[in-house]
Amino acid sequence: MNESVTLTVNDKQVSVEKGTVVAVAVINAGFDSFRKSVTGEARAPICGMGICFECRVKIDGVSHSRSCQIFCREGMTIETE
Amino acid sequence: MKQSNFKTDILIVGAGPAGMAAVCAATQSGAKCLVVDDNPNIGGQIWRKENAKPDTKQAKEWFEKIRKAKFDLLEGTRIVSSLNEKVSLAETLEGFCEIEFSKLILATGAHERFLPFDGWTLPNVMGAGGLQALVKNGLPIEGKRVAVAGTGALLLAVAVYLKKHGAKVLLIAEQTTKRKLFKFGLNLFKQPKKISQAFALKKDLLNIAFKTNCYPISANGRDKLSSVTFQQGKRKFSIECDYLACGFHLLPNTELAVLLGCKLKNGSVAVDEWQKTSVQDIFCAGEATGVGGVDLSLIEGQIAGYVVTGEQTKAQGLFGERAKQKRFAELLNSTFELRQELKGLARTDTIVCRCEDVTFGRLSHFDSWREAKLQTRCGMGACQGRICGGAVDFLFGWTNESVRPPIMPVKIEGLLRDDG
Repeated sequence: MNESVTLTVNDKQVSVEKGTVVAVAVINAGFDSFRKSVTGEARAPICGMGICFECRVKIDGVSHSRSCQIFCREGMTIETE
Repeated sequence: MKQSNFKTDILIVGAGPAGMAAVCAATQSGAKCLVVDDNPNIGGQIWRKENAKPDTKQAKEWFEKIRKAKFDLLEGTRIVSSLNEKVSLAETLEGFCEIEFSKLILATGAHERFLPFDGWTLPNVMGAGGLQALVKNGLPIEGKRVAVAGTGALLLAVAVYLKKHGAKVLLIAEQTTKRKLFKFGLNLFKQPKKISQAFALKKDLLNIAFKTNCYPISANGRDKLSSVTFQQGKRKFSIECDYLACGFHLLPNTELAVLLGCKLKNGSVAVDEWQKTSVQDIFCAGEATGVGGVDLSLIEGQIAGYVVTGEQTKAQGLFGERAKQKRFAELLNSTFELRQELKGLARTDTIVCRCEDVTFGRLSHFDSWREAKLQTRCGMGACQGRICGGAVDFLFGWTNESVRPPIMPVKIEGLLRDDG
């Protein structure tokens, strides 16, 4: 159950339990801001269920991925936007 | 990436309680069913992550039932568009696929209503269900100071859940009045099951401060939340906290239904006694037809599942229970009706549309959402009005008249896909 996966968030390595979503890995890696709004405000998830799009980050090169809906996988590369 | 297409008798969109109940009922007669859900696992919002370890007897019972049912499941999949009356386009984790169906059951659930107030866009201000969902998905909450606010029965469930997982829940601020809650409590006695659920919660709620007539007026902090200021009557007070979990009851998810041409009634998908929508062969069950809680969703799901497989008698056998649950739903919705003072929370420079950073001040010049959209792009960003929709409805009385495909942002390959 407590199997862990290691991934990289903005060049920072972080290990999380299997079954953790990417949004949580971003927070655990110490990043409060997931993306910058159109006027430059820091934003982070509010809905937790894939509708607000505030949690979007770049996952393995794919921009605008909803980090609250995707589980962490070994070796993933995450960049906040 | 090209993915194989699907053909099914019954397509069920949403794998929360209503969708689960629908597929359990529909598969009883051997119909070929396909369930799609945007989330990575079945269970919907209420039973998120409970497949392996259900929290309640009810969840356990339904996960056992669904394990015995034979059907196809596409998790992490969302319907983004409709190709024709019987074929939908879906985006999966791998790519896009077409799904052809004979009958469709929409069990798309609900989402929290968010209301804008100063600082609500700060990181660590989340929905009540939103924070709970992240904790279920691994967010460490032990020792964190959390304020729970807004309105609705969900606040209590979330507070108890967070406390069980080690959070310091500092208070629950419920905007409704003590009088309405008292009346709600009295009515619970008409439904023994609900009262036992409420009592189970109450035991865990004992050490959490519960304030009625109380709501957040500002979230404060520089780069993230550090404190929240509340109003209770004439009194204002602030508390320091790590998270604000704030939601104002629930709103039905109707985008897909509207796209498919289904009529709405009071913001919910309109259905007849057979859970049939205004469109031929499309049915709807659960919160999308009007927020009423898990018990109503399960009943409606079963009715829809029976009806689409020609088991009208079995469906009829559930009408009585549905009527009872609907009375509870009405009570729930009147108890947690929003107070008018909440309209004053957004100030001129408070952002209402988070995707396009449109302020309350800019919106207040317009008479309709359409006009506001054209001039400000309010509701036209990535969430397509899902977050600000509930707010502009309450603040200005604007409703979204049109839904256009794709109903979720998709990769360009999904739009380019054609037969050539």
